[in-house]
Amino acid sequence: MKVCMFHLMPYRELPQDFEERYRSVWVDPPVGELLDPGALNQMYHDYLTELQYGAAMRLDGICVNEHHSNAYGLMPSPNLMASILARSTRNAAIVVMGNSLALYNPPIRVAEEMAMLDVLSGGRLVAGFPVGTSMDTNFAYGVPPALLREKYYEAHDLIMKAWTTPELFHFNGKFTQLRYVNPWPRPLQKPHPPIWIPGGGSVETWEWCARNSYNYSYLNYYGYLRGQKTLNGFWSKVTELGVEPNPFLGGFAQGVAVASTDAEAKELFEEHVQYFYRKCLHLYQGFAEAPGYRTLKTWQYGSAPQLGDKATQYWKEFGWEEFLKTGMIVGGSVDRVTTTLIEAAKSLRVGHMMIGLQFGSAPHALTMQNIKLFAEKVYPEIKGLYEDEWEDKWWIKPDPVLAQREVSPT
Amino acid sequence: MSHEILTVATRGGAIRTKVYKGGSGPALVWMHGALGISQWEPHLMALSRSFTVYAPVQPGVGESEGLEQLDDLWDLTLSYLDLFDSLGLGRFALVGHSYGGMVAAEIAAMAPERVRHLVLVGALGLWRDDIAVLDYWTATPEEQARATYHDPNGMLARMVAATMPTDEQARNERIVSMIINTAATIGKFAWPIPDKGLKKRIHRIKAPTLLIWGRGDGVVPPIYAEEFAARIPGARVEILESAAHLVHLERMDRFAPLVSDFCAVGGE
Repeated sequence: MKVCMFHLMPYRELPQDFEERYRSVWVDPPVGELLDPGALNQMYHDYLTELQYGAAMRLDGICVNEHHSNAYGLMPSPNLMASILARSTRNAAIVVMGNSLALYNPPIRVAEEMAMLDVLSGGRLVAGFPVGTSMDTNFAYGVPPALLREKYYEAHDLIMKAWTTPELFHFNGKFTQLRYVNPWPRPLQKPHPPIWIPGGGSVETWEWCARNSYNYSYLNYYGYLRGQKTLNGFWSKVTELGVEPNPFLGGFAQGVAVASTDAEAKELFEEHVQYFYRKCLHLYQGFAEAPGYRTLKTWQYGSAPQLGDKATQYWKEFGWEEFLKTGMIVGGSVDRVTTTLIEAAKSLRVGHMMIGLQFGSAPHALTMQNIKLFAEKVYPEIKGLYEDEWEDKWWIKPDPVLAQREVSPT
Repeated sequence: MSHEILTVATRGGAIRTKVYKGGSGPALVWMHGALGISQWEPHLMALSRSFTVYAPVQPGVGESEGLEQLDDLWDLTLSYLDLFDSLGLGRFALVGHSYGGMVAAEIAAMAPERVRHLVLVGALGLWRDDIAVLDYWTATPEEQARATYHDPNGMLARMVAATMPTDEQARNERIVSMIINTAATIGKFAWPIPDKGLKKRIHRIKAPTLLIWGRGDGVVPPIYAEEFAARIPGARVEILESAAHLVHLERMDRFAPLVSDFCAVGGE
């Protein structure tokens, strides 16, 4: 199994009464009242250090992601962060999870920036292509919801063609027309970096990943127990299409809090986990889904979040025990965390796990300690899973020399 | 008064549009709002006493097919001209409500010779930063009701609420169909701001134009009637009291005679 460290880069200092005073963490939280750029300076540097530390502790990869107008995801441009990490790490995969393709105009920009990252890192880029949430794409970036997926697929076709065609070509699309497609550079990895598709429960996405042999990674905050239905849907689609059910075709994100004992984990992490779920997931329901974001097919499958006022944020009153019981958090002693993660990876049948080790308001020192314990004690026990039985065809192929290059301003 | 439902194929059959048709007299076309149309509504019945009323259902809404053929608002507008040709309509009165008002204005600007009279009712299509059109889809149900009805607890609101099924599954199906209809209209052609350049084309409108707004319209505030009037020479503005965004239903007593008189042939 490949284990990558995931980071959202949340704002750590939302006020105590944030969820009473404001209606949403996303789209319209008033930045002038809530965000101190000086405080964010410290957070950004802490977070980059945390990811660099995860890489230095030899986790398989480090992940960045894209959100807009969001107080818990302060990476509108994940590629900026990834470029710092590409230069300041050696072995780890740089997992950009990813660029919301329909938001780049022209989307050849994604082909260019990701190729830069791949070259710079010596072939360590994992290219994530999310559709993006409705909040990011329809509300913060104004893409008409009924056009989003069509735009996304067209952008994908352009990027993949640009990466796999060494010559100049024409692209006559509906949303993008380019007389001359010839980005400099193309990626180092051939034929192209591994493609991962971070998705929700969209039926089309399952089918598309299975047909194209792209890794499908289910990213959400509800944990491995609730993720089961979605992964089951994915794997039954894989089987139905006659595709080999290689566990490395699947990925899953999970929050993990490790300490020396179960009791200590609760003591150290509970308030920060609550901060994350109560404040960072405090989403105004009006922004949850623009009309047309979800396709007719997905409506018919019924995997959807519930309708209207039933979409309650049921975790708002949760304490530590409920977070563990529902699987939203895997937390506790090394043994407990290890056992639970192996169970989760097996039941979900996923060969890639993205592990969130920083929670909401968690201070830098606590996060560093979590990374250390996880990397030293848990990771060695779980990394062997699936590796003997299956080939990971969705992993980076770094250049052995270039990826190890030492850089210093001497 | 009776009506029929036609299915009209255009673009070689790629687009199949349901059209409600009823009444007799000169042709009047009703362009529905963002939620579509699913029955021969009372205002259509009222207008059908003086006109042959055609109420097309936009592709992607209800059972009309071919939304994927329509790239943008220009394409949609052209496709309506195809539909009117197929229906054999020469010149006609064109009445549009809300989102349908925006589409009607686009048609009247693109093909001014086809539109004998134009009536815009609580119409989208223009934009002011200082008095924005309501972001209806993100509003709470209470905000939506206040913006839509003069009296959110009044008879019309109660009648509309009563059409919502009580059975949970049927209710969910209704909600999903409303979302899908909205996706096909606002979600494709009017997102995120319902100003797609009409202000640069609106001068082409030649038809005598009547602008009907409810005084209490909180979806498209009545100031927008003035915005339209300022751009359409000779346009007449009627702001109706005790009405909001559903002015055509809330004040059918005034709406139907106003439209019938204004659109009477020989009255241009």
